[in-house]
Amino acid sequence: MQETSAAAVARADRAASAPISRRGPSAGRRLGRRLQPLAWVGPAAGLIIFAVIWPVYEMFHTSFQNISPIGIVLGSNGTANYKTLFHEPSFGSVVVRTIIWTVVVVTLTMAISLPLAQLFNQRFPGRRITRWALIAPWAASVMMTAIVFRWMLDPNSGVINLLLHQLGIVNGFNTNSSDWLGRPVAALAWMMAVAVFVSLPFTTYTLLAGLQSIPGDVYEAARVDGASKLGTYRLITLPLLRPAALIATLINLMNVFNSFPIIYEMTRGGPGYETSTTTVFMYILKQSNIGEAGAMSVVNFGIVIVIVIAFLRASRWKTEVN
Amino acid sequence: MAAVTVSTRASAATRAPRRLPSLSKALIAIAAYAVAVIFLLPYVEMIVTALRPQSELLERNYLPRHFAWSNFSTLWSTGLGRNIETSLEIAGGATILVLLVAIPAAYYSAKRKFRGRTIFLLLVLVTQMFQPTALVVGIYRQFNDLNMINSIWSLILVNAGFNLAFAIWILNAYFASIPKELEEAAMVDGTNRFGAMLRVVLPMAWPGVVTALIFTFIAAWNEFIVALTLTTNNATAPLTVALNSYIGEYQVDWQHLLGGSVVATIPVIILFAFIEGKVVGGLTAGSVK
Repeated sequence: MQETSAAAVARADRAASAPISRRGPSAGRRLGRRLQPLAWVGPAAGLIIFAVIWPVYEMFHTSFQNISPIGIVLGSNGTANYKTLFHEPSFGSVVVRTIIWTVVVVTLTMAISLPLAQLFNQRFPGRRITRWALIAPWAASVMMTAIVFRWMLDPNSGVINLLLHQLGIVNGFNTNSSDWLGRPVAALAWMMAVAVFVSLPFTTYTLLAGLQSIPGDVYEAARVDGASKLGTYRLITLPLLRPAALIATLINLMNVFNSFPIIYEMTRGGPGYETSTTTVFMYILKQSNIGEAGAMSVVNFGIVIVIVIAFLRASRWKTEVN
Repeated sequence: MAAVTVSTRASAATRAPRRLPSLSKALIAIAAYAVAVIFLLPYVEMIVTALRPQSELLERNYLPRHFAWSNFSTLWSTGLGRNIETSLEIAGGATILVLLVAIPAAYYSAKRKFRGRTIFLLLVLVTQMFQPTALVVGIYRQFNDLNMINSIWSLILVNAGFNLAFAIWILNAYFASIPKELEEAAMVDGTNRFGAMLRVVLPMAWPGVVTALIFTFIAAWNEFIVALTLTTNNATAPLTVALNSYIGEYQVDWQHLLGGSVVATIPVIILFAFIEGKVVGGLTAGSVK
């Protein structure tokens, strides 16, 4: 392998300075050594600061500014944007809906993923192929999955309505009963179903990884001790699966709370704001009053930070990096 | 043949709780196939609708009587090719940028203790949990100030920034698992640290590099809200945004909307299948592998 010139220079340098290097490396080299991490890690840190941290600053800044609908900064606005936001007639119901949305979707996702992970942990012919089928909603754009669900719920010819009609649940096409997305409660229920659908693959895979990390001899020991099947599951599988389930829950909380494309594509948050969560509400506000949208995103960001802290504590990242 | 399978099964059996009798095994297989079909159905419907003739769009049947393959040529004539090009540029650009900055950072933080290492990894982990959605107002204001609305560079930078953490975590784990002696041997031979990383360590971490590459590409390809916010011209917007122009106030051009979705979705599902088993480790920051 060819010696690079930099290495050659460094070696020559070392040889030359050898007799006087008793007091340690020269100031210049010490500086070079101290700056070395910057050369390796600096670009990554710079990109994160530019693309992720700067918007955080801009968001806070915007929330205290008075900005006209066409985007001209008219000056500082104090806390007026926050006051306007909190006095929006829909604000309270949007917040409550966001909490219900997040809790219901994450709970259902976890509850369905656990048996799914158990199922795909079994050995059966064709397991690999079925596991590939499972990743489709994970790989596909959530926005496009939401669009195809909107089409399947079409009041005139959607296949879900077709099926429900044949089952006698929907009594007619182009009627109120087939127009699921036109009724806020029904629309929310269907959108929650879509949110669960797109969250299942990641969650199932995480729990599956958790199940596979449980050593086989633990089960062997339980069997030798005469533990029942149910007892083994309750006393061994579930407790050992807890870390994976906790991490999956927190990541899902973050994803579902931030979920925008499903609601945007299926109802645009309407009628009115009746199917909006706080992120959709923020996006709609952005079109008319960006300062107020800034205030909404600061509120959202507060919730994000709480979830991040919980994630940091649960992930035991320090032991991982050390 | 039989003897070989028995011996491999025996080692695998220690992982599974117990061997199942064949009837329940059959039931399990049937349940798993049913689940697999349910997960695929929406995408099958996507393809079926993309091929539905305009005259049969309002008909109530699961499958159309004819398939209109010409839908894809008319889709092409709406100018979607330009949007695919934009999406490719953004996803490709973001992927290259992520690999360029993530590889040295992941390598150095896996192999060396340095001042600020913990802070750096904390920054990475925190930003991994951030999503553009919550920050979209700030992102809009930032790129508005920088005069970069409608520039593909703004989308390359944002997509790279928000997917960097995944790449760093997955690569960090691979680099950390490669024994020090290998690089030291290369460095004794006169290669410097950067050369050792490129020639010795990187080839061994190749599965991690491929995972980071495919994951970043798909994430940027699928990204919606930032693209929606930072583009105002549908003709040159990325695919996810451009597809929305098929949704009108009173009418939706379903065949083309879902045809475009098929074109965007099928390749990424196939790509994802290659990295399927490795993604969880990166997303959970190594907590679950």
